[in-house]
Amino acid sequence: MQVVNDGPAVSVRGVTKRFGTAPNVLEDVSLEVAEGEFLCILGASGCGKSTLLGLVADLDQPTSGSVEVLGGKPSLMFQEPALFPWLTARENVELALRLTGVGKKERRTRAADLLALVRLKDAGDKRVHELSGGMRQRVAMARSLAQDSHVLLMDEPFAALDAITRDVLHEELVRIRESQQLTVLFVTHNVREAVRLGDRVVLLSSRPGRVVKEYAVEIGQPRRIESPEVANLSVAITEDLRTEIRRHGGQS
Amino acid sequence: MTLQVTDDLAELEAGLDALETQRAQRTSRVRIWWAATWPPLLFVGALIGVWQLVFDAHLQPSYRLPSPGQTLTSLRDEWDSGDLQRAVWNSVRRGGLGFVASLAIGTPLGLLVGRVKPVRRAVGPILSGLQSLPSVAWVPAAVLWFGTSDKTIYFVVLLGAVPSIANGMISGLDQVPPLFLRVGRVLGARGLASARHVLLPAALPGYVGGLRQGWAFSWRSLMAAELISRTPELGLGVGQLLDQSREASDIAGVVAGIFTILVIGIAIELFLFAPLERRVLRRRGLLAATV
Repeated sequence: MQVVNDGPAVSVRGVTKRFGTAPNVLEDVSLEVAEGEFLCILGASGCGKSTLLGLVADLDQPTSGSVEVLGGKPSLMFQEPALFPWLTARENVELALRLTGVGKKERRTRAADLLALVRLKDAGDKRVHELSGGMRQRVAMARSLAQDSHVLLMDEPFAALDAITRDVLHEELVRIRESQQLTVLFVTHNVREAVRLGDRVVLLSSRPGRVVKEYAVEIGQPRRIESPEVANLSVAITEDLRTEIRRHGGQS
Repeated sequence: MTLQVTDDLAELEAGLDALETQRAQRTSRVRIWWAATWPPLLFVGALIGVWQLVFDAHLQPSYRLPSPGQTLTSLRDEWDSGDLQRAVWNSVRRGGLGFVASLAIGTPLGLLVGRVKPVRRAVGPILSGLQSLPSVAWVPAAVLWFGTSDKTIYFVVLLGAVPSIANGMISGLDQVPPLFLRVGRVLGARGLASARHVLLPAALPGYVGGLRQGWAFSWRSLMAAELISRTPELGLGVGQLLDQSREASDIAGVVAGIFTILVIGIAIELFLFAPLERRVLRRRGLLAATV
């Protein structure tokens, strides 16, 4: 996909979102994700992380403010792989290709390539229930990549996995993101995960969600989640996160 | 060095995948079939044994309780005269046709009620209510409207099966996880594409359950209609055959008739709907591979 100009891949400008007459979920949120950047959004429950991703994915409209994504529709991954159980792994990927208008013959080879990319070359004919949680999430990643969008939105995609699998998938995501030159907007409530993966981390407050602080992660990849550099920055961010959360205890 | 790291990751991942996926144990089809078949066969055999014992004890006069042998003879007589084959063929044909017609009506009706909110509010409760109304109740009305013709029979069958099939479709649609629809939208499926690739396949298990129940209702309704409306111009069905035996006070024939109706119902369930439902569920991992 050709990049049309040099602007940020995703820009969110002064976005406020509320549902009906309920209080604001997001309030005056502005952030930009540069082309090829990996941005992690961090926040406690109620910070509107998922709502924000829904707005960027064009599943919902902001109450005010604007959202712009370069190069068309971004792809979105959820916490659950949400693969269709009536299809095999390959058919799940092929369906995504089909819905973006890829012809039948090309679908087959592209699906095989995508499955090879997530290292599931031999699992294409397996049904969803025959795959482990980690494998499912990798198929979901292949399905997202099938949309041929250079912006990948991820809504806590590894939260439901065990620690070992999550660690491996972190490494896998970093590898794929580099090889595919993806721009990633990654939402999580796991501080270490954010520091492990992101080029930059944005901390959101809760109820309403506002941008509190930004952290540049100046640690080279490959990183390890248990490394002292990751731990040090995580401690600092956690302190800020806790300060944010404490404010809510006083309110009630 | 970098290559080394990547290779390590690939191996690590392959190891994890192997550890976390269960190796499927394949049991042979024959063994599964046998495991599912012998317990009911044994039970039926035992029932027939008890039946014979009760008959031998002369607890009831034989014009009230026939022996298994007398029932079998009665069946053989009906077979030899050709009545049994004709009646079974007529009934199965009627049931099948009625069921197919119910499918053609019930499926779009279920889609409409399931997906269009105002229609659902208006029609939904009545559709569920109709399901609890025994369709025999329609027989007198149908006889007055259509006389004793095939129309009467199909009318009753339709009223029995359509609500089940439509309700099956509706509950199938209701059980579609909202996340699937969301994923469909993210992937770019809208309108018809969404219905075809996401909504309908996701609703299939509920729909198949509805079909199964729809068949049971259509078979029951058919028998009720055949028992009540018996005229020469309608042709012989299993229900009419049963009623003939009643008129002749032929208890062995009556028991043979009940038996025939039961066996046809079980056979269609066993060879058509059970495998269909199993297939749909197994593909989705909703059913253990071994019985």
